[in-house]
Formats: sequence, structure tokens, C-alpha cells
Amino acid sequence: MKKSDFTILVVDDDPDYLFQTVFNLNKAGYKTIAAESQAEAEAVIAKFKPDLAIFDLMMESDDSGFILCYKIRKKYPDVPVILATAVSRETGMSFSIDSEKEKSWIRADMYLEKGIRPEQLDQEIMKLLKL
Amino acid sequence: MAVLKVLVIDDEPGIRSGVTRILRDFHVTYPFMDEDYTFELLEAPTGEVGITVIEHDRPDIILLDNKLPGIQGVEVLEYIREKKYDIVVAMITSYASLDVAIKATRDGATDFIPKPFTPQELKSSIENIAKQLYLRRITRKLTEEGKQIRYQFLSVLSHELKAPLNALEGYLRMMQGKEAGDRIDDYANHIDRSLQRIQGMRNLIMDLLDFTKIRLEKKEGRIRQVNLAEVASGAIFAVRPYAIQREVNINLNVRSETIIMADPADMEIIFNNLISNAVKYNKIGGSADITIDSTDDEAVINVADTGIGIKKSDTENLFTEFVRIKNEKTRNISGSGLGLSIVKKVAELYFGTIEVDSTPDVGTVFTVRLPKKSLNIN
Repeated sequence: MKKSDFTILVVDDDPDYLFQTVFNLNKAGYKTIAAESQAEAEAVIAKFKPDLAIFDLMMESDDSGFILCYKIRKKYPDVPVILATAVSRETGMSFSIDSEKEKSWIRADMYLEKGIRPEQLDQEIMKLLKL
Repeated sequence: MAVLKVLVIDDEPGIRSGVTRILRDFHVTYPFMDEDYTFELLEAPTGEVGITVIEHDRPDIILLDNKLPGIQGVEVLEYIREKKYDIVVAMITSYASLDVAIKATRDGATDFIPKPFTPQELKSSIENIAKQLYLRRITRKLTEEGKQIRYQFLSVLSHELKAPLNALEGYLRMMQGKEAGDRIDDYANHIDRSLQRIQGMRNLIMDLLDFTKIRLEKKEGRIRQVNLAEVASGAIFAVRPYAIQREVNINLNVRSETIIMADPADMEIIFNNLISNAVKYNKIGGSADITIDSTDDEAVINVADTGIGIKKSDTENLFTEFVRIKNEKTRNISGSGLGLSIVKKVAELYFGTIEVDSTPDVGTVFTVRLPKKSLNIN
């Protein structure tokens, strides 16, 4: 399989970040669907199964990303999920998905700090898609 | 009704049963407490048993005899202090020598009940202890909540400051890698967006300065007579270029001359924020109506727009820092999320209030009421 066989759902309420991520993923060869909010993303998930999803954490609510992780896992258990956020330690929700306990409630396969280089993001995606 | 556990550690059975009898039906009440305190009694004949009970039942109050068969009362005190338990200890002793008293006080005993004591003496000691316990706990809770709120503010702030930097970095990297082409014109949109994000960040920093100023600045010497109509005119003048661009018509209606004692800069903050919001969240060709009126007691400022409106469920958190209503209608409107929280803080500084009344797609009215005679501001 080649990259253009995969469609990635990108969800972020920052229009610039969304634009850049989609641009970089397209440039790397993937197909993309963009959503600007948790609500929009839920509408996409309801009728379409992406091959991978990248969620921002804080959108309509502080935990929109977590909710999306949970919902997509329920509907499509095999779709890899990346949680991307500009907040890490400083949210007061210090979390990663290193421990089993955190993995059990943060239903994401990977947690990425925003500001990641496009090449790095591409490599992480390739790992998750087993390319 | 809250229950405080009282542990009596005394080797004399008569004292233990006496205390139990006296406190069984006793309750403590104060106007400033949310609820009455009643007491549940626990007993221990020795310090050793006492420590077991402490570990098992975690009492709130301990009445402690110093002279005990095994370990002494002061040793029990030391144990509690080392474990840092939140327990108030009163010594009951007929051997209250100065030495014991000093040592016990140093180790955290807060009260002495001389033996023998009358029921009334015991009750008034317990009443004092319960009051002290209540204050200690409420203070701790408030301190923790305060820390929590500050921490949350800083964490959201750092998120808000990092987001535009991430966007800028992304666009610059795209240009650096010539991702969209070789010509500078290929990046017109990227540059445009970058400039907008920089402007957004600048606005956030300006708002942040207002925000911290409200909290920190001493008002003494700055309070003077302020004519609200003049401040409103200044704010309208400042926002006019933006209003022209958005074709929003601004009207000022002064029903009665309204002069209040205030720091003019604070009044500017109120008008600038409300009026620029009334333009920003308006429809093209809409209007913003500012009304200033006053009664004998208060000044009433009304800012009404014909804009996108706010859903009822969204108005609840509207005045919270960094809360921005995110929907299809607001997606292209930038803001720091601080404006209304600042207006509310300023209004409250003057013992005033702010209210919002809104209908989606029809418009929003903000009403600020400022009392005219309440100026003990520090």
C-alpha cells in the first residue's frame, strides 16, 4: 500500500494549524479530511472511517480530544489515533500515554506535542500505519 | 449537620464516661458555619490504644490526659505532630505543670482543660476547638482553591500564547522549505495569516496587562469625577475605523448626565471592550446602541448590538477568562477571551454588576450597573 491509499482525519480548532497539518500531510502523499471542531469531527466519524485520526485536545471543551478518542475507538477500534496539543505539563492535566493506567483511559496510540516537524509527523504516521 | 469525632484518652473510666455523657447531645452552631457540629465519642484508656484508634478512626479532636499508664500524653502529641494529622488536641490534666504546658503547646496542643472540670467548662472548650477547626479547614480549602485557580489561569494562558507561535512557526517552515512554490506571491496567504496571528497575540498581551492592572494597582489618587458620556465618546472614536470597515452604525444615547467617582482608565476598559465587542460580533450593516442612564443610586450602561447573539447555554461561562464561544458564526472572529472577564472584574471592583441578555441571530445586550456611592476602593 502507498500513502495515497490512506485518508487521515485531522481535527483542530486553530485554522492555521489545521491548514498547515493538512498541507504537510498532503505533501507527504496522504489524503486528508479536515474538521474544525469536535462536533464537525463527530459528524465525519459517523459516516466515514478514516485510516488514522489526529485530534487536538482543547476545542469546544478542554477535553474534546479525549472525547473524540473515546468515540472513535468505540466505533472503529482499529483506527490509530494521535492526540496533538500545545499543552502538556502546564494544563494541570499532566499526562502522557506511557503507563498502562493512562493508556486505559486515554484511548490514543500516540501523544504529540504541537510544533512537531512535518517529517517527524510523517514518520510517526508511517509507524502507526505500518508502512 | 457535620459530625466531629472526639477521642478521649484517659485512664480514668469516670472521666471518659463523663465526657461522653456531656458531649453526646451537645452541638455547636455559629452564624458563619454552613452547618452545625455534633460529636461522636471514642474512648481509649492508654496512649497506645489511643494511637490505634487515631490510625483507625482519624478523630478530629482529641482530649488527652498527660499522665497515662504507658506512654505519656506528650508522646501521643509528638506522634500526631510527626504524622501531620489534622487533629486539634486539648490536654486534660490535673498535673498541668508549666513544663508540661510549654512542651505540650510546642507540640501542638491548643487548649488545656483542668481536671476536674464542670460540664460547662468542657462544653466551652469544645466550642472553641470546633470553631478553630472549622476556620482552619475553611482557610486551607480557600488557599488550595486559590492556588488551583491561579495555576489554571497560567496553564490556559500559556496555551493561548503558544498557539499563535506554533502557527507562525508552521508558516515560516513552509516558506523555508519553499513548500508552496518559489515565488513570494505563493505565500501571500501565509504571510497574511501570520500577521493576523501576531496582531492577535499583541491584543492578548494588551488585555493581559489590563487584566493584571485591575488586580494590582492601587486606586488611591486616581479616583476622580468621570463623565461616562465622555468616556463612551472616546471609546466610540477609537473603534470607529473598525466599525466603518464592518459597516456598523454606532449610536450613543445619553438619557441623563451620569458622573461617577472612578478611575477613568477603568471606565475606558468597560466601554472599549463592550463597544468593540458590539462591532466585532455584529452583522455587516448592523448597529450598536450605547445608552447611559442613571438613577439616584446607580449608573446604568447599556450596550446593545444587532449581531450573532449568544445561546443561553453559552452565557453561563461568558465572563470566565479565556472562554470564547466557538461555533460557525465566531470561527473567523479573533479575540483573546479576556475582554468580558476584565469588564466583569472592573465592574465588581466598583461593587457593580454586569448582565447579558441575548437572542441568537437577533442581538445581545450587556448591562453594567455601577453604584454611585461605594468608593472605598483599595
